[in-house]
Amino acid sequence: MSVMTSNKHSATPTPPSRKRNSLSKGKLPRWAVPATAAGAIIIGAALSTLTGFSVATFAIYSAVLFVIAATVITSVVEGKRQGRNAMWTYLIYGSFLLALIPLASVLYTVLEKGLPGMSSHFLFTSMNGVTGAVDNQTVADGAPVLGGAYHALMGTLLITLWATVISVPVGMLTAIYLVEYGKNGPLSKAITFFVDVMTGIPSIVAGLFAAAFFGLILGPNARMGIVAAVALSVLMIPTVVRSTEEMLKIVPNELREAAYALGVRRWRTILKVVIPTAISGIASGVTLAIARVIGETAPILVTAGIASQINTNVFANWMSTLPTFIYYQILTPTSPTNIDPSVQRAWAAALLLILMVMALNLGARLIASLFAPKKGR
Amino acid sequence: MAKRIDVNALNVYYSKFLAVEDISINIEPKSVTAFIGPSGCGKSTFLRTLNRMHEVIPGGRVEGEVLLDGDDLYGPGVDPVTVRSQIGMVFQRPNPFPTMSIKDNVLAGVKLNGKKISRSDADSLVEKSLRGANLWNEVKDRLDKPGSGLSGGQQQRLCIARTIAVKPDVILMDEPCSALDPISTLAIEDLINELKSDYTVVIVTHNMQQAARVSDKTAFFNIAGTGKPGKLIEYNDTAAIFSNPEQKATEDYVSGRFG
Repeated sequence: MSVMTSNKHSATPTPPSRKRNSLSKGKLPRWAVPATAAGAIIIGAALSTLTGFSVATFAIYSAVLFVIAATVITSVVEGKRQGRNAMWTYLIYGSFLLALIPLASVLYTVLEKGLPGMSSHFLFTSMNGVTGAVDNQTVADGAPVLGGAYHALMGTLLITLWATVISVPVGMLTAIYLVEYGKNGPLSKAITFFVDVMTGIPSIVAGLFAAAFFGLILGPNARMGIVAAVALSVLMIPTVVRSTEEMLKIVPNELREAAYALGVRRWRTILKVVIPTAISGIASGVTLAIARVIGETAPILVTAGIASQINTNVFANWMSTLPTFIYYQILTPTSPTNIDPSVQRAWAAALLLILMVMALNLGARLIASLFAPKKGR
Repeated sequence: MAKRIDVNALNVYYSKFLAVEDISINIEPKSVTAFIGPSGCGKSTFLRTLNRMHEVIPGGRVEGEVLLDGDDLYGPGVDPVTVRSQIGMVFQRPNPFPTMSIKDNVLAGVKLNGKKISRSDADSLVEKSLRGANLWNEVKDRLDKPGSGLSGGQQQRLCIARTIAVKPDVILMDEPCSALDPISTLAIEDLINELKSDYTVVIVTHNMQQAARVSDKTAFFNIAGTGKPGKLIEYNDTAAIFSNPEQKATEDYVSGRFG
C-alpha cells in the first residue's frame, strides 16, 4: 500500500508549499467501483457462457466476482479496514437484492397473468350462471371471458369488515387492560400467555373452531359470512393485542401523570391522552392485522363455504372471498375441458387481492401520518 | 384560593420500603416553600404525597395525615381526583400533551374532564392562564400550533399555565428548572414570585441558590445512608437556613461541605 501511495505522489508531485496530510490515506478514484462492476459483469457473462449460459449463473458469478474484486481493490488502495467495510457493504446490498427477487417476481407474474382478466365485467359481475358450457362457448368463439369476482370481492370486504369489527374492540380493550390496569398481576400474565398461544394457532384450526362452535349452536349446516368473520377474528385478535400493547407501552408515563395531576380521571386519561398519543401506531397495527387475514383461504372454506352468486348478507347462506375464489377456480375449473377462462379469472382475482392488500398498507401509512402527534412551530 | 398544608407524622412507603419517615411540616398559604437535600433523600417522593400522586406508582402508600386547610387528604372517602384538581403539579421535565395545540394544552384540565365551556370563556381562560405563566406574548399568535413546538422553557411555562387554568389552591413543582437553561430558569423564578400572591407554592430544587432566591421558607431533607428512609432535618425561614442553620448537617449541605 505504501508503495502505491508513494508512486501516486511521485506521479503528481505536491506543491512544496503544502506538505502531505499525514492523516490521509489512499483513496479509490470515483470510477473504480463502477469499473469493477462492469468488469465483473463481463467476466461473469463469459464464465456463465462456458458452462452453458443461464441468467442465474450469470448473476451469481458476476456478484461473487464483484464482491471479491471490489474488496481486494479497496483493501489494497484504502487499507484493510476500508476493504472489510466494502465487503460487508456489498454483501448487504446483495442480500437486499436477493430478498427483492421473490417480491418482484410475484408482482411481475401476477401483473402479467392478471391484467388480461381485469375488466369492469370481471369487477362487477359474479359467477352466477357461468357454467362449463359458457366457458366452452367463449373459447370456441374467442370472445372475452364471462363471469367475474364481484361476489368474492363483496365477500372479502364484508367478512374482513366483520372480523375487524369483532377483533378491534376486543383486542384494544385487552391491550388497555394489560398496559393500564393489569399491573403485571396473575391475570395479566395469563392473558399475555394465552395471547401468545393464540398467535401460533394455525388458521385452519381457527376455522374449525368457528365452524364447530356455530355448529353446536345453530346446527351442523351453519355456514355463513359471520362464522368466517369469527374465525378470522381469532387470528386477528392476538395481532391487534400485541401491536396495541406495544404502542400503549411507549406512551411516556409523564403524560399520564400530567393528566392525573390536572385532576383527570384514569379512564378519561386513557381515552383522551394515552390513546390519541398512540393512535397512529394502533391504526397501522390494525391495518396490518387486516392485511394478514384478508388472504386466508382455509378458514373461509370450512366456515363460509363457496358461492358463485352475490350474497351481501353475512348472517345467511354461503359466501365466497377472493382467496377461496382463486382456490376454487384453479382446483375445479368451471369447464374441465377448457380451463383457460378459469385460470385467467383466478389470476385476475389474485391481482385484485394484492392491490387490496397494498391499498391497506398505504392506508395504514396515511392513517399513521394523519394521526401522528402534530409537528410544527 | 391559597390554602395551608399541615403534615402530621407522615411515613411514605414503596411497597414495604419506607422511603420517607415521620415528616411533620406546616406550609403557610401564599408562600413559597423550597425542599432541598441530596438526591434520593425523598423530597420528590414527599412532594408527590401532597397531591396523592405518590399512589400512582405501583406499591406506593402512606401513613399519617396531610391536612389541606384542616381537611385530611388521606381521610376515608376522599377522591384523589378531587385532591389533584385542588393541588396542581408541575413536573421536572416539561410534558405538554403532544396531540394538542397550545390552546388545548391550557384547556386540558377542563376539556379532559368533559366539562362544557363556551368559546368566549375558553378564550379568556387561555389568555388569563398564559398571562399568568408569562407566556401570552410569546404564543398569542400561534395558539393553534402544537405545544411540543415550543422551546423547553416555554413548554415548562405552558405546563404551569395548564396547571393554573384549573384554579388550584396549591401548586407543587418538582425541580421545574432542572431541564432548563439559565434564562428560562430566570423566567420561571420570576413567575414563581408572582404566583406567590395567589397560590401556595411548594418547590423541590437541587439548586440551593434557586431555593435562596425564590423561597420564603426552606426545608432540608437528608438520608442517613442507602436503604435508610429520608427525614426532614430542618425547616425554617430561608434566610435562617442559609445563614444560620441550627443543625450541623444543614450547615454542611448548604455550605457545600457535603453532597
